[in-house]
Amino acid sequence: MKAEGYNKRRQDLGSWPIEVESYKLGDVYYCTINNVDPGARFARAEGPTREDAEAKAIAKAERYLAQTRRFTAT
Amino acid sequence: MADVLVTTDWVAQHAKDANVRIVEVDVDTAAYDQGHVPGAAGWNWTTELCDTLVRDIIPIKKLEELLGRSGIDNKTTIVLYGDNNNWFAAWAFWQLKMYGHADIRIMDGGRKKWLAESRELSTDKPGFAAKTYKASGPDTSLRAFLPEVQQASAGRKAALVDVRSPAEFTGEILAPPGLPETCQRGGHIPGAKSIPWGKNCNDDGTFKSVDELKSLYAGQGISGDGPLIAYCRIGERSSLTWFVLKYLLGFQNVKNYDGSWTEWGNLVGAPVEKP
Repeated sequence: MKAEGYNKRRQDLGSWPIEVESYKLGDVYYCTINNVDPGARFARAEGPTREDAEAKAIAKAERYLAQTRRFTAT
Repeated sequence: MADVLVTTDWVAQHAKDANVRIVEVDVDTAAYDQGHVPGAAGWNWTTELCDTLVRDIIPIKKLEELLGRSGIDNKTTIVLYGDNNNWFAAWAFWQLKMYGHADIRIMDGGRKKWLAESRELSTDKPGFAAKTYKASGPDTSLRAFLPEVQQASAGRKAALVDVRSPAEFTGEILAPPGLPETCQRGGHIPGAKSIPWGKNCNDDGTFKSVDELKSLYAGQGISGDGPLIAYCRIGERSSLTWFVLKYLLGFQNVKNYDGSWTEWGNLVGAPVEKP
């Protein structure tokens, strides 16, 4: 089998830029979320449609990003 | 292309060669199960490429067993690839070089490029006829430990390259966004230069040309004349930069400090610099 419909886009989630990557493999859609800088994959999900997989992965990503603190210069 | 890199085309043509073993190593250890290069082995960096008791690289006996059961002997050409532009493929490359494996290559572009090109994938876990592997080393000239890094920082005895993101370098964040914070203090090792790992790569995940890479590092005063130590948070991103400096640019004296910021940033009394 082959990955079908590979798609990659950037968007903001809260104050963080993220990269949303998705593709179909067999009957399943996979979605992974990377932070743009440094480019690490930190959330993923799968589902019967691209929209479903992306929505689940983005919800996870939002939860994880809420725990990332920003420190101002001291 | 340097002989340590192979293209996705090359892998498609040679994946099933008797003397070649393709191995996927991902940051996300579940990625292999979602589909991998047909015939590829999958190694888990959290359990198979480290000492799971002591914080250390894989012990030699464990490495020999891993390679043996992956159908790899000392003459096998190992081709590594993975997600995140080959972060942990480079981590595996670094460890295999420490243990003396001769022919290791990285699939340029990694998992990202393979997927983007809609190449064949498999979810089957291949079985391999076990082989006997005899490792040497470890060659610690490829690895920096804390005392050497402290001396390098204090005496400017080696160029320190911080490959994390600018926000990690400045201490604005303690870990890549969305990942757990694993240090007590943010900032960087005094004297380090910020050259994020991503500057080594093109958008499709492939490495930039040697000329572009030379220019990137020369622009920061790094020409390979003196000793270099690369670090990041846990040592995998810096493995990628180590690979670039040593194998794509041919610099001789390059070490990976795998203790990285999870060691330095947790060390009581360690000096920390913030711009």
